Amino acid sequence: MLRVMILFLALLGLAAPPALAQNGPLRIVIDQGVIEPMPFAVPDFVAENREATQLARDISRVISSDLTSTGLFREIPNSAYISGITSFASPVQYADWKAINAQALITGAVSVGPGGRITVKFRLFDVFSNAPLGEGLQFTGTTDSWRRMAHKVADQVYARITGESGYFDSRVVFVSESGPKNNRQKRLAIMDSDGAGLQYLTQGGALVLAPRFSPNGDRVLYTSFESGFPRITVMDVNSLARRSLDDQRGTMTFAPRFAPDGTSVVYSLEQGGNTDIYTMNLRTGARSRLTSAPSIETGPSYSPDGKSIVFTSDRSGTPQLYVMSAGGGEARRVSFGQGRYSTPVWSPRGDMIAFTKQSQGRFHIGVMRTDGSEERLLTASFLDEGPTWSPNGRVIMFGRETSGAGGQSALYSVDVSGRNLRRMPIQGAGSDPAWSPLLP
Amino acid sequence: MNLLTKSALVVAMLGLAACTDPGRFGGSADGAGGFGAAGLGSASDPASPAYFQEAIGDRVWFAVDQSTLSDSAVVTLDGQAGWLNTNTDYSILIEGHADEQGTREYNLALGARRASAVQEYLISRGVSPNRVRTVSYGKERPIEICSEESCYAQNRRAVTVVGTGAGS
Repeated sequence: MLRVMILFLALLGLAAPPALAQNGPLRIVIDQGVIEPMPFAVPDFVAENREATQLARDISRVISSDLTSTGLFREIPNSAYISGITSFASPVQYADWKAINAQALITGAVSVGPGGRITVKFRLFDVFSNAPLGEGLQFTGTTDSWRRMAHKVADQVYARITGESGYFDSRVVFVSESGPKNNRQKRLAIMDSDGAGLQYLTQGGALVLAPRFSPNGDRVLYTSFESGFPRITVMDVNSLARRSLDDQRGTMTFAPRFAPDGTSVVYSLEQGGNTDIYTMNLRTGARSRLTSAPSIETGPSYSPDGKSIVFTSDRSGTPQLYVMSAGGGEARRVSFGQGRYSTPVWSPRGDMIAFTKQSQGRFHIGVMRTDGSEERLLTASFLDEGPTWSPNGRVIMFGRETSGAGGQSALYSVDVSGRNLRRMPIQGAGSDPAWSPLLP
Repeated sequence: MNLLTKSALVVAMLGLAACTDPGRFGGSADGAGGFGAAGLGSASDPASPAYFQEAIGDRVWFAVDQSTLSDSAVVTLDGQAGWLNTNTDYSILIEGHADEQGTREYNLALGARRASAVQEYLISRGVSPNRVRTVSYGKERPIEICSEESCYAQNRRAVTVVGTGAGS
């Protein structure tokens, strides 16, 4: 399914002269909380041949949409432009872009070659420094991967200006929902990080829950009721081949996640009413038990270094978050606020844990340091649930369900700062999102 | 206000749910492995699954976050055990459910606790363990869909579905 795209990165001639920073370098420091988005202009990319006309326009729009969606950037509409970009090679008229206060300028060109291969070139300019920011870059791929190439350009722009890796060229797997609350159909679906390119991975005959990507994005783990009982299942994203991993009779398995090296899975196994955490080696099938308490232990998530696991347990009487060594053993409680904590997810940067918190009849998505300090709630609603981190650890996506008989679920994203809450533009209802790593 | 109208409405809705529920959530719909929902038969026949469902009561309810059996649940389950010990051709699938006030995976575990509480009780009343299986749907299969305690109370349940398939 994933169209293989070969990307050639090539430096475009003309090494940038050293930037003379007159007004300071073009820079967004995300940690400081951006209140005023940076104005940028992305004139339609130049179509270098006739076949590229529509693509050039579309690619520019996707780049703009990616950057704008972060809340860190604001596009200056082309109606304000003083000069246009008619040739990728021509020098940039900095004064014309300064006059409309475009701090960043993105120019580019698209051509369609033999066999439908397209080439996308771009440059980023720091307008107030009268200088390019970084080298020009060129991507080559198939025509139907044009959105990915646009995301690659946007990731480059984001990275050069924020100093952090981007997240646009990534995908999200989630549960697509249809039907009323008491007869809901659920299907696994996958889409680009901006909601485009939605495809279904299962047909909806059996209930499916909470998919999660493998560390390199080639497989998805989820819980399927295909057998009539919840079973952790692994699916190859390209071939859609799937197999259930642990179907011991008289047990239920659910809440699976990959270990950071992708060779094993951590999950919950229920037997006789008691739920504990286990791991399984995907090659050998060998299973090992990490917790053995009469309480519920579920929702395990590895730290990115693979050394620790955060999970939910109600051993204290209510669901709370605990951290233990990846081999099991003594766990220390990390959530101490008022309320119930569950669905912990370790951030890809390793510095934080995102979670769902229920308190006084409301649900929140929150983050805390891995020792439980500095808890911050990012959202509040009737039902927010199931956070997942963007590959760069700056954005969290989650599911939100409205109350009542007509309740519907939707996917939302929010910055780790709590700003820029957005509803994902997807068709139909969705829940349980999981973000892939940045695609290669 | 018109309390009377409102409670009449609730009763009517419950009646409807009780009629439609088994067909939709029984073994036939979700196809729990090897477990086929039995033909219901007539409720006037004490040996029929319909009698089990309607006269004895196929479900028990739980308090928020709890999986302990209430006194009235025990009465219902004594009835279930008596019927199962008489009608030994049937096996059962106990479905545990939770209301929507909780996260998905935790509620799956909570529903399993509830199903297991019913399973253990029935076994303690002489039902052979190899006739009983359990499954949890967590909060995935509510029968009442309002977001108020009146609905939540109906959804925190364990339903004993009588079937013909092999138990263990």
